[in-house]
Amino acid sequence: MIRVESLTKHYGNVTAVEDVSFKIDRGEIVGFLGPNGAGKTTTMRILTCFMPASSGHATVAGYDVFKQSLDVRRHIGYLPENVPLYTEMTVTAYLKYIAKIKGVPRAQRGSRIDQVLESCGLPHMRRRIIGHLSKGYRQRVGLAQALVHDPDVLIMDEPTSGLDPRQRIEIRELIRELGEEHTVILSTHILPEASMTCERILVIHQGKMVGDLRLEDGQVTSMEIANRVEQNLNTLHLEVDQPSDEFRLRLDQIPHLLEVHEMGRSADGTHVFEVDYQQGHDIRAEVANTAVTSGVGLLELRRISQSLEEIFLQLTSGDSPGVLEEGLRE
Amino acid sequence: MKNIFAICAKEIQTYFVSPVAYIALVTFLLGSGCFFTYFYFIPASRFQYEGSATFQPASYYMAWLFVLVLPLITMRLFAEEKRLRTIELLMTSPVTDTQVVVGKYLASLVLLGILVLGSFFYPFYVMLYGNPDPGPIAAGYIGLLLLGAAILSIGLLLSSMSSNQLVAALTSIITIFLLWLIGFASQTPGTLGKVFGSLSLMEHYQDFTRGIITSTDTVYFLSIILVCLYLTVKSVESAKWR
Repeated sequence: MIRVESLTKHYGNVTAVEDVSFKIDRGEIVGFLGPNGAGKTTTMRILTCFMPASSGHATVAGYDVFKQSLDVRRHIGYLPENVPLYTEMTVTAYLKYIAKIKGVPRAQRGSRIDQVLESCGLPHMRRRIIGHLSKGYRQRVGLAQALVHDPDVLIMDEPTSGLDPRQRIEIRELIRELGEEHTVILSTHILPEASMTCERILVIHQGKMVGDLRLEDGQVTSMEIANRVEQNLNTLHLEVDQPSDEFRLRLDQIPHLLEVHEMGRSADGTHVFEVDYQQGHDIRAEVANTAVTSGVGLLELRRISQSLEEIFLQLTSGDSPGVLEEGLRE
Repeated sequence: MKNIFAICAKEIQTYFVSPVAYIALVTFLLGSGCFFTYFYFIPASRFQYEGSATFQPASYYMAWLFVLVLPLITMRLFAEEKRLRTIELLMTSPVTDTQVVVGKYLASLVLLGILVLGSFFYPFYVMLYGNPDPGPIAAGYIGLLLLGAAILSIGLLLSSMSSNQLVAALTSIITIFLLWLIGFASQTPGTLGKVFGSLSLMEHYQDFTRGIITSTDTVYFLSIILVCLYLTVKSVESAKWR
């Protein structure tokens, strides 16, 4: 349904998305998980034809997002993070307008609108002016807008942000129902959120995709994700007491080792290195051996990504302290 | 075409649920009413046009009102979409940028039509009690519509460049004002004067109020409209490339 190949997007000198590739099949509910600024929104905006990528390819429902953008837009329902509402219109008038520009034939417009009002729990709000609705209802109107032309693919950017726990649960249930007929992509920076709604999680960090996990039984902890993601990583954190030139030379000779970065001294005076190696080749044993035989005083050796630790700290802490507990209770 | 009408209809609807359309309408009718009264009923000024039953001064000053009133109509069109982020919705819907621009422009033209229609009262009044020459009045109205359409296109362009309605309105007023005032510089002797004159909204509009419709003036207004609409499409497009 969706194919993305080495997508890259630069804003001036800043790289927002770098070499992201994935494939999503029909009927999947996929979550983009990553901290704020990871590139989730940018990826979604490229998929929805809001902005073009700097390089790479993407197809949605078989259409190219760059060359056949109007066809793609017909097959996509998009709920941006800032729900795009004309606050002075009534719910029905708004949906009617959206249905028109999304190309819903006149004869079906009425019944489509009734249907989405029903599935988004809005029938009693239809005559209200959008500006007078609460945040939760606005979110539903936004969702109704994304659904009104019965798209194959539904793309939602942070659909539950800013909602209270009650509303969050309702929206989540709604998304799960929608996932039965539609291909759904949603983004979130809160792990429990993703693990409760999605069948599959794509972890995005600093513009790169660092993990692609299928969740068989619905629930994962951040540690599990961290572990599974870490298998894709290829950096070692190395701390030694007294490094020597000989040690550096011998390190460089380890096969599959790419580069050694000197990180300077840590707070307690030890020397810290970061060692990049080729993916799929575990060089920990050899690095440890080298350190021991060179007599530099091996203090610590572990696979890392410091940045990933940061992510997962953020992922688990979430928006509000209540989110995690709420997730665990369910 | 269907998309253009859908967007146009929505914009017209929005005009009348917000006070802006009414403010524009009232300001214009009140202002033109004042000018009308001044030129036809106040003895001191009537002297100048005594017996001529002309509509020329009224249509000249109506155009002045356009400079202030029409930017109120266009300021919302793109700036508000950007502020509410609904532009994201439009740009991800199966409509082209050109359809969006044309739809919005048509909506503003409809409002212009309503303004101008409201002012028909004045020439009608003149005809009731005098015997004016209908030619110059008709030409004046054609000129007024062309001028209005050109001003709206400038306003639309500037609205697409800002996410703040007030900024959009003020930049439009300043731009239009400059294009209007540059006409006074046509008094400069030599080629420079001619250049200023041919750039000026005022110079081209004045011919119409005298009852003269020339192709130069018509082409001038139409090209302003086309260039501004083209640039608006480009400006909307360019937002995606940033």
